[in-house]
Amino acid sequence: MSESPRRAPVGAHYGLREWLAQRVTALVLLAFLVFLAVALALQGRHDYPGWAAIFAPQPVKLITELAFAALCYHAWIGVRDVWMDYIHHTGLRLALLTLTILWLLYCLAWSAQILWSV
Amino acid sequence: MTNPPRSRSSAKPQFRNIGIADLVNYRLPVPGIVSILHRISGLLIFLFLPLLLWLFDMSLSSDRSFERLVDFCSGTMARVVLLGLGWALLHHLCAGLRFLLLDLHIGADKPLARRNSWIVLAVSLALTAVLALFLFGVLG
Repeated sequence: MSESPRRAPVGAHYGLREWLAQRVTALVLLAFLVFLAVALALQGRHDYPGWAAIFAPQPVKLITELAFAALCYHAWIGVRDVWMDYIHHTGLRLALLTLTILWLLYCLAWSAQILWSV
Repeated sequence: MTNPPRSRSSAKPQFRNIGIADLVNYRLPVPGIVSILHRISGLLIFLFLPLLLWLFDMSLSSDRSFERLVDFCSGTMARVVLLGLGWALLHHLCAGLRFLLLDLHIGADKPLARRNSWIVLAVSLALTAVLALFLFGVLG
């Protein structure tokens, strides 16, 4: 008599973690958009000095970089889902996932470089 | 013993995985349209991330580069692309807010879900129209 089939043990829980992270990063981005809108409204000058002055203080740089990090993590989960849904060839999928990570890390580093050059 | 009438149940359409050719005749319900547009708009923003970072860089590097950015944004092609990306962002935002509310079981009943899908489509298009007025210099 054969054993009844058991469910495959899955303990990583990364599905739930990514699902939650996507929502948390969405809220972070929403909060940042509100922050930016308020900062723009409070800044009377709509020219280069006015725009650059918003990003001059160190805390604003850090908040903005945090928002970029949230954006990249959010994009990673979303794009990962798209590749998993439509790309069934393992090698191609792995390549796309790797490229996505590298590309998002590149963009994140670029955003820091832009912010701290002000 | 009488059999139950079979004609109705056999006429009922069956929903299972469909082939790619069937997509032409398949009418997606409105919440489905909002959902797939959420995915497409997200992917668009992801693909245009380097352009957005390039513009952000130009806006902050110097007053010279800021002027170049203003020049760049006055081109028709640039305006069309920015308007498209603006729609993607606005739709992604509106549809995303709807999904967060659905997670909290708000507006998840079928008639409500259908109606708030229409609202998401309409609000994001209306905001895109406002953006178009700014981009093409009618306002501000």
